[in-house]
Amino acid sequence: MTENGSDWVGVVHSIAHQQDKEAFTKLFAHFGPRVKAFLMKSGANAALAEECAQDVMVTVWRKAKQFDPSRASVATWIFTIARNRRIDMLRRDRRPEPEELSWGPEEEPDQLDVIALQQENDQLRAALSELPEKQRIMIERAYFGELTHSEIADETGLPLGTIKSRIRLALERLRHSLG
Amino acid sequence: MKTKDEMAMIKHHLSDRLLMAYSAGTLPEAFNLVVATHISLCAECRARLGSFDAIGGALLEKVDASAEMSPETLSQTLARLKVQGESPREPAAQVTDKVLPQPLRAYLDGGIEAVKWRAVGGGVRQVVLPTSDHASARLLRIPAGTSVPDHGHRGLELTLVLQGAFSDEADRFGRGDIEIADEELHHTPVAEPGEDCICLAATDAPLKFKGLLPRLAQPFLRI
Repeated sequence: MTENGSDWVGVVHSIAHQQDKEAFTKLFAHFGPRVKAFLMKSGANAALAEECAQDVMVTVWRKAKQFDPSRASVATWIFTIARNRRIDMLRRDRRPEPEELSWGPEEEPDQLDVIALQQENDQLRAALSELPEKQRIMIERAYFGELTHSEIADETGLPLGTIKSRIRLALERLRHSLG
Repeated sequence: MKTKDEMAMIKHHLSDRLLMAYSAGTLPEAFNLVVATHISLCAECRARLGSFDAIGGALLEKVDASAEMSPETLSQTLARLKVQGESPREPAAQVTDKVLPQPLRAYLDGGIEAVKWRAVGGGVRQVVLPTSDHASARLLRIPAGTSVPDHGHRGLELTLVLQGAFSDEADRFGRGDIEIADEELHHTPVAEPGEDCICLAATDAPLKFKGLLPRLAQPFLRI
């Protein structure tokens, strides 16, 4: 469950495994306007932002099976899709992706990992809202594309330890399976 | 694929600043390439990137979404879903190259063996990679035991070791290690004896060399 009471992981699961359009409609109602607002804050006009938000949601539908709730929250996953669409939309520099880690053959994510990751995301959200305003604004401007990397503060002051632990555990396991 | 030892040995990592800008999608292509290549080798920074992406997700959740979608957008989107239907999981590229991680292979057809090196003086060879001109990226091959002329930097220079190792005034850098050099660093990297040192280097400004000869060579470096 997330803070607003919706089980987005379950919603994406329904889209992935049942092509559930009702679930998609629910996801769209929540994230569609957010993606649009995110793109407008990044410099797009309302019409372009809406068109691209539509593309982002279609990509969500198409890639639902690739979503791994033990590695990212639904909001984080949609953010990465929206970010990539924004790069295309504004004709920004290409952004190569890191090599994919192979996580074993179609393994279902561990439910404990899923729950822990979602909890860590809630903690991160809470921590973000408690940051001093100046710092919070710097981070928003960085993510809305208003700052170059040299303008981003070297010390973000973010409590990043909260999120990485879970991903790190998964990587530890992977490391052992390689070793 | 990385070995257990290789993952554990990386000592020099990406800065928060670079990871945040990569997550936000605002870096020049040449820097994006270095970041993606380092993360391909470094579990630590891969996990840190997960955190930075999570910040993006948190910001998306709490963005002011009062700008409503027009009423027909949902039906238009639903109509497009019919065409898309179900898609299989995208197969991961499985070509392996002992030196070049996946993001780099997209820039170099045929892997490390097929690289068309060009001499740039002092035994050093390089190949410039086709990126946007906001910053430049190149692969450098420094013969084992050789030094690169003493140079400073006007902008930001990222150097990621892919094979062998080099040492400079700051430290030793082996495979997967990244050196982040700015105006404050003036260094003379020396490749270790043994294997040629192959590095991915990116900069957003031309390097400046101290001596006369390297300065003459600079136009040939195309950097």
